[in-house]
Parts: sequence; structure tokens; C-alpha cells
Amino acid sequence: MLFCALCITAVFGFLVYFSCPLLSNARGLAGIFSSVWKPFIGEFGILPMLAGTFSLAFLALVLACPLAIGITCFIQGLAPARPANAVRSLVYFMTSIPTVIYGFVAVFVLVPIIRDTFNRGAGFCLMTSAITLSMLIIPTMVITLEADMRQRAEEVRLGARSLGLTPAQELLWILLPCSGRGIVVAMVLGFGRAVGDTLVALMVAGNAPVIPQSLLDSIRTLTAHIALVVATDSQDQAYYSIFAAGLLLFLIMALLTVLIRTIGGRFGQREKRHERAS
Amino acid sequence: MNVRPEHALTFFSWLAAGIVMTAVFILIGYLLIKGLPIMSPALFFGDTPWRAAVMGIEPVFDGIYPAVAGTFILIACSSFIAIPVGVFCGIYLAEYARGPLKNIFSFMVDLLSGMPSIVMGLFGFALILLMRRTLYAQANTSILLSSACIALLILPYLIRMTQVALESLPESTRLLGPSLGYTRWQNIWHVLLPASSTATFSGIILSIGRAAEDTAVIMLTGVVANAGIPRALSDKFEALPFSIFYLTAEHRDELELQRAFGSALVLLTLTATLFLISYCIQRRFKRRWELGE
Repeated sequence: MLFCALCITAVFGFLVYFSCPLLSNARGLAGIFSSVWKPFIGEFGILPMLAGTFSLAFLALVLACPLAIGITCFIQGLAPARPANAVRSLVYFMTSIPTVIYGFVAVFVLVPIIRDTFNRGAGFCLMTSAITLSMLIIPTMVITLEADMRQRAEEVRLGARSLGLTPAQELLWILLPCSGRGIVVAMVLGFGRAVGDTLVALMVAGNAPVIPQSLLDSIRTLTAHIALVVATDSQDQAYYSIFAAGLLLFLIMALLTVLIRTIGGRFGQREKRHERAS
Repeated sequence: MNVRPEHALTFFSWLAAGIVMTAVFILIGYLLIKGLPIMSPALFFGDTPWRAAVMGIEPVFDGIYPAVAGTFILIACSSFIAIPVGVFCGIYLAEYARGPLKNIFSFMVDLLSGMPSIVMGLFGFALILLMRRTLYAQANTSILLSSACIALLILPYLIRMTQVALESLPESTRLLGPSLGYTRWQNIWHVLLPASSTATFSGIILSIGRAAEDTAVIMLTGVVANAGIPRALSDKFEALPFSIFYLTAEHRDELELQRAFGSALVLLTLTATLFLISYCIQRRFKRRWELGE
């Protein structure tokens, strides 16, 4: 157990230690948080990548969220038992498909479609990667949401049935409004998974270090940036910038983890109070 | 006819399920259609006779065998590191840790499981940089480093799976040992662990699947496009997910592209098999407790 704690501390310590030379002086700091990445003239801004990461994760979430809620409702009672079980098994199976394969198939199937439909650029863009990424985060969201909803469904089912509600009415008017917390947690988890993913962005998003202006722009994420710089550049400054990127990713994920725990904790307490009162 | 909101919801949920299922079937179907016709010994071993290749006598140049072997070695090494640590951490969290300490530790596990895999790879990369500067100037990225970082990546899953398996045992089983005069550790070792072993085992298999599929970590810690089969733990290596990525971006001719499709199909088969095994084990485990056998 101590080992585990030690590892976390070590990861954090290393990231800070290696990004220190750049973060310690004001010029370096300003250099990192600038919007120009031109390593050959000494500009190492990672803001475009930060913007890329957030726009991609946000867009993927916007695409995935309604689908995930729809599928959860499908599994939770809108569909007959057999299709519902089939879809549930398929969603669980989706978790085992390697990320690199999502990216691989997207390169050969989705990219040509996007390229031919919009007739602009090479097809490696924000939209393509967001669609691919949404497939990646849907299973995470569905599994979280379904576990939450199933628990709630057991509590309200009897009451809802006695009021004469159909399963669809029960879902729409009682279960969905009740599971706001589940939806938020699923969204945060999905967002985290989207931020942390490297391969889809690296393979499909085009990797141009500019701040995205439209859905068809090529973008570069923080994660892809780290992979690219390690693979190509060898200047010291570029290396420091990837540690700064790593540190940023670490902080974002830590923040999301804290967020999930506080949401879970606060609602857990409220429910306990509720139980005691009743 | 007026459309009522619950009908809209029903329609939408069928639509959502349909869209996602279609996408998954397209993905699998596309790989099967493109990948199955090229499945042959030549895809794996190139021109090298397969016996010599498997024994490691002759190197394989035009096949995906080194990548397959690299992936399996990587899985073996990282499991060897992660499984004991993960299972014992899980036992500790489920049975020993109490109060604020438990909160802190489980927060750490959450944090570790949320860590993007590329950050884990960056950690390994930084470790090598540090070693070069201080102790050991020849330090380089290798399969050992990759295994260690992958182990770190799958550790939180192992811990959680073991912990949940232990905590979901019914109270009657939990009290069995103490009622017979077992000490705490004897109870864990002789009663609780065997009773939860199937669930723990399925957790282990799931984590192996994660070790097999991850690309970002190994990209930063020692995988290369052409290395052959590693002879020592300090060698560089090839792995399936990386060769898929690499060949997608850099394929020069039709043959290399075919190799990418072959690798993708092999990798998907591997992870799907691991998933199915773990899924079946989990279902049996659940049914056993529901029947109360």
C-alpha cells in the first residue's frame, strides 16, 4: 500500500522536478503559457495544446452524453430483456477494444467519409477525433450511469408501478430526474477519459499546434504533444515543455478525481440524513 | 397523433442503442473483412520457417511475430510485478485499513487510476533521464522499464478488483473463520481469499487486457518499430499496439498495410478473448452467490 502512495508521490515529484527549470523563472513561465509553438525559433507555448485538449474532450462529451443516457434507458427498462442484455454485453465488450484499434479503424473508415462530405482539408480534424473519442468514452459513462440508476430503480419501482406508470414514464419522470448525480459523475469520468486518451488524438486529430477555430481544424492535444515531442525533438527546452504538459494533465486529473469524490461524498451524506429522518 | 415525451424517450433510446451497436459492428466487421483473408503463417513469420522463428534461432523480418512475442513478454513481466502488489494492496484496503488512513489510500488509488497513461510513460522517461544524470550513464529505455510503467498503470484496477471481491462477500462467510478461532490473517488466507478468488481472478485477466492494449506508455519507454525479439530485459522490443500505430502512419506499401490489419485483428482477438474469459468467470461467480451454494 505504501508502495502505491510512494508511486503517486514519485510521479508528481518527477513532473515538478523536471518542469522546474522552466517554471522557476518568469520568462520560462510566460513562454510555456503562450500560444506559439515554434521550437526552431525558440517558442515553446503549450496553450494551443491545452485548448485542443479541452475542445476535443468537450466535444466528445457533447456527442457521447445523450447517446450514453439513451443506451442506459434502453438497458434499464425501455427494451425487452433480450435486446437489453445484448446491448449491455456489447457495451461491456466495448471497454475491451484497444484504443489504438478505435483510432486505426477511424483512420481508414471515418476520415475518408469526413473528408469527402465536407470537402475541406485531409479529414484529420477535431470533428473526426471527437466522434471516435465519443465511442471510447460511451462505455465508461453507460456503466457508471447504469450502476447508479439500477440502485435507484429498485427503490422507486414499486411506488411507480402502484401509480400506474409505464416503464417509459417511470424512467422519464422519476428515474432520470433522480439520477442527476449519476449523470454528473458519468460525465466527469467520461471527460477524464477523453482528456487522458492519447492514441485517438494522435492518430486522427491531425496534430497541428494551433488553437482550433472550427470543427474541421486540425488540433493537437497535450497527450499527443508529449508523444510527438519525445518521438522527434531533442532540444532541452522542448523536453521541459512536455513535463509542464504532463504536470498540467496530472493536475487536471487530480482535480476531476477530487470532484467525483466530493460529489459522491456530499450526496452520500445527504442520503444518510434522509434515511435517518424517515 | 400527438407525440408524448415518453414515446420520444423510447424512440431516442432505441436510436442511441442502434447507432452505437452499428458503429461497433462496423468496426469489428471492417477488421474481419480486411484482416481474415490475410491471416496466414506468412503474415506472422514472413519468409522464416516458423519452427526456427518460434525457437528464436532465426530472426523474423517480414512478419508480426516479434510484435506478438514482445506483447506477450510485456504482459508476463508487468503481471509479475503488478499482481502480487495489487492483490496485497487490495487485501489491505478491504480488511485492514480503517478510518482516515483508508480514505487517504483509496484516494491515492483513485488518483492513480485516473492518471493518463502517457503521464505514466513520461514518468518512466523521466526516470531514465534522472538515472543518466546521476547513477548510471548508460541507462536506456527498455522492456523492463515498460513493464514497470505498465504495472503501475494496471495496479489500481487490480487493487480495486481485489478489494471489491473481498468486500462483496456475504457476512456469513466473513464470520466463518473467527467463529472457528482463526486469527484475522488465517481467516483472510484460508476463507476469504479462496471464496473471492474467482472474482479476483477475473480482475487479473481484465488488467492483463489493459496491459496488452496500452500504447502510450510503451511509446515513451522503449518500444521501437524494428527490434526483433528481446534477448534481455534491457533490450528494446516490438509490441502489437505500437506496430499498428506505426504502420498506420508510416506504411510504405500494400504489404505493410496488410501487416497493420493483421496486427489489429490479432490484438483485438487477444483482448476479446481475455474479456470473454473474465466475463464468464464473473457471471459464474455472481450466480454462485445468488444461489447461495
